[in-house]
Amino acid sequence: MANGAREAWITGIGIVSCLGEGADAHWQKLSEGKPSADVTTYAPYIVHPLAPINFDLQIPKKGDQRQMENWQRIGTYAAGLALDSAGVKGQTDVLSHMDMIVAAGGGERDLTVDSTILSGMPRAADPAAFLNERLMSDLRPTLFLAQLSNLLAGNISIVHGVTSSSRTFMGEEAAGLDAVRIAVSRIGAGQSDIALVGGAHNGERPDLIMLYEFAGLMLKNKFAPVWDRGDGKGGFALGSLGAFLVIEAREHAEARGAKALARIAHVVSDRRKRLPGNVTASLEDLWHKVKDEVDAKSAAVVSGATGANPATAEERAFLEAHGELAVRATGSYLGHGLEPQFPMNLALATVALQHGSLFPPCDSTGLEKPMSGPLTQVVVTGVGHWRGEGLALVEKVG
Amino acid sequence: MAATKDKMGRPIVVVTGVGVVTSLGAGKADNWAKLTAGESGIHTITRFPTEGMKTRIAGSVDFLGTPECTAALSEQLADLAAEEAIAESGIGTPGDFPGPLFLAVPPIEMEWSQRLDVGARSGSNDIVTYADLLRVSDEFPAYHGRFLFGSVADHIAERFGTRGSPISLSTACASGASAIQLGVEAIRRGETDAALCVGTDGSVNPEAVIRFSLLSALSTSNDNPQKAARPFSKNRDGFIMAEGAGALVLESYDAAKARGARILGVVEGCGEKTDAFHRTRSSPDGKPIIACIKNALEDAGLTADDIDYVNAHGTSTPENDKMEYLGCSTVFGERMAKLPISSNKSMIGHTLSAAGAIEAVFTVLTLQNQRMPPTINYDVPDPAIPLDVVPHAARDAALKHAISNSFGFGGQNVSLVVGVEPA
Repeated sequence: MANGAREAWITGIGIVSCLGEGADAHWQKLSEGKPSADVTTYAPYIVHPLAPINFDLQIPKKGDQRQMENWQRIGTYAAGLALDSAGVKGQTDVLSHMDMIVAAGGGERDLTVDSTILSGMPRAADPAAFLNERLMSDLRPTLFLAQLSNLLAGNISIVHGVTSSSRTFMGEEAAGLDAVRIAVSRIGAGQSDIALVGGAHNGERPDLIMLYEFAGLMLKNKFAPVWDRGDGKGGFALGSLGAFLVIEAREHAEARGAKALARIAHVVSDRRKRLPGNVTASLEDLWHKVKDEVDAKSAAVVSGATGANPATAEERAFLEAHGELAVRATGSYLGHGLEPQFPMNLALATVALQHGSLFPPCDSTGLEKPMSGPLTQVVVTGVGHWRGEGLALVEKVG
Repeated sequence: MAATKDKMGRPIVVVTGVGVVTSLGAGKADNWAKLTAGESGIHTITRFPTEGMKTRIAGSVDFLGTPECTAALSEQLADLAAEEAIAESGIGTPGDFPGPLFLAVPPIEMEWSQRLDVGARSGSNDIVTYADLLRVSDEFPAYHGRFLFGSVADHIAERFGTRGSPISLSTACASGASAIQLGVEAIRRGETDAALCVGTDGSVNPEAVIRFSLLSALSTSNDNPQKAARPFSKNRDGFIMAEGAGALVLESYDAAKARGARILGVVEGCGEKTDAFHRTRSSPDGKPIIACIKNALEDAGLTADDIDYVNAHGTSTPENDKMEYLGCSTVFGERMAKLPISSNKSMIGHTLSAAGAIEAVFTVLTLQNQRMPPTINYDVPDPAIPLDVVPHAARDAALKHAISNSFGFGGQNVSLVVGVEPA
């Protein structure tokens, strides 16, 4: 075991996205093979908005909901689903020794306040005084707590009572990869018995669209699946999604009578300076750490490709070099959610392993090939649009 | 050769290099001299106009020039601290650090100067909305890389050649301690022989000051900045935002010995415990703080009686100092009346994401020098929380084990136990 001596099981998943909530809704939509996206609300930018969610079901107190912005609500909701799925919701004895690693961005802006300042400050007699005055009087005091990266974890502790350790990793896609990697390593080494790992992203945010559009990374005008976005810059459509996993030492799960949904055999990650060819080379090096355990006859790849080049083109080159494995890019359906994308894809790999089969291709370029046989292993890739490369090997148990 | 293990059979984790920057200056020599002389780095903010703000003082780092933004200054501070720590440890070769990076860093955000630049470029001369900003966003390609959350860690990883995927982390005001804890855990797992653990924060900007001010967390003692941070005093009225960075090179004892490195201290134990009571307040019973300190002692294989000194979180807010007293007096019992506990924040202010790392560096220096830095401004003791805060002046003492506390918004509690090199 690359990540330690003890087996790490996934015993719970909690997922929400534009496809709905929970394993069944996601499996059904992925099986239908018809991705859709919102091309009008933020036109010309394309997003995958969150399916309607009744937050009350996992965040019963309205007061708690009011203290959060949407990215935190999405995450706190998904975390609750994961705890339900693992059968530990409300089990104080388990939750009090449950470790948490959350992959988070943050910083959700008050768009109205920003617009007021942007409009008024250039014309103000004393611009700096105007800025201070507006911020002092217009910012809601609690907005700061809704912006802080570690307050998704904080809200999960408050709402769901997860109270052993609480750590928040930032850093876009790599944060999600490393959150899972370190949680699994800690479990493997006996530093942790059970962990809640995941994150959340609100893609319906003009301030975030702007951050990525600084580099011209947003998918514009016409929707296409991730591999169909051309040889040029391509682009990603931001997605609203939340994904949490309960990852548990096998011994701990067996002792409480919990079933494994899947086993995480490996999680590996790296950071390469993004020179041409380096993403492909990085993935190849990571692949060498897991390939001996992959049985190509019943394995597939769930790719976290974003659709933005050169990262996606380089991942494609890696995948084409391993054409014996069927590939599916979930970003075509979900959009790109950065920090939680990798935990989400681990969850979707788990759902596919539970069904024992892969969902159909969604790609006109021929990279995604049909797979009809049984599925027992999934290689999950995660390549950051800017930095960070990683992959995991997830397996059927028993 | 049999590996040298701690009482739990894990590799012993030692500190072989430290670096620090605060408002007192750059480098550990300058900082230690001023810290033990009881000097304050708190001053009136001059970086930007503070008209209309309730709080107009900070421990900002102003000797590095005017920062472009928090991300840029946090990067610069981390660079300086890491450079000093790596140079002292003598580990690796320049640009090739043989281990991972764990970086505590404030959440990275675009700020007003950039937002206004984009607004101006949009040419909109009436109401400026995000639709206007978006129309011209792709004319500012450098803002993408600058304002990604992972950008500071990526820079540090590139510059010092750390291995693997760098970790950018936030546990609010406990972040610096969490960075150290992650490094300790990685070495104990045997994944690496070394780790670079850094906490940095350069976030004294108008919106950040106002955000904390709106939560009523900051001191408003604007007229006498050097007297504003008054941890454990009856008239304490909030914390002082401050900037800085602390860096530690951690190594396994065996790896350090094998290369003949000088051992500055031992990270003997780490404890954490999450508080689910409230977003900004501690559970009134103090149980999570108590559990956090006990977890750290247990992880170190020590008992409360083994601790000779506490490096307090000591923010100077009414709430924190009261809760820290409750936590410490519960864990250390009657000994707490005589157990020295001092707050570096009385002099350097609250360096937020960097605090846990900076204060761990100072704890290492405290043990090395067998000298406890004081809590200054302790003019009006709070009778409700009677403590030996090492008031006013540094004091020499025989010290073997110290504990450094860090507590943060979001229920974050981390304590580190640091010891002298085993005989």
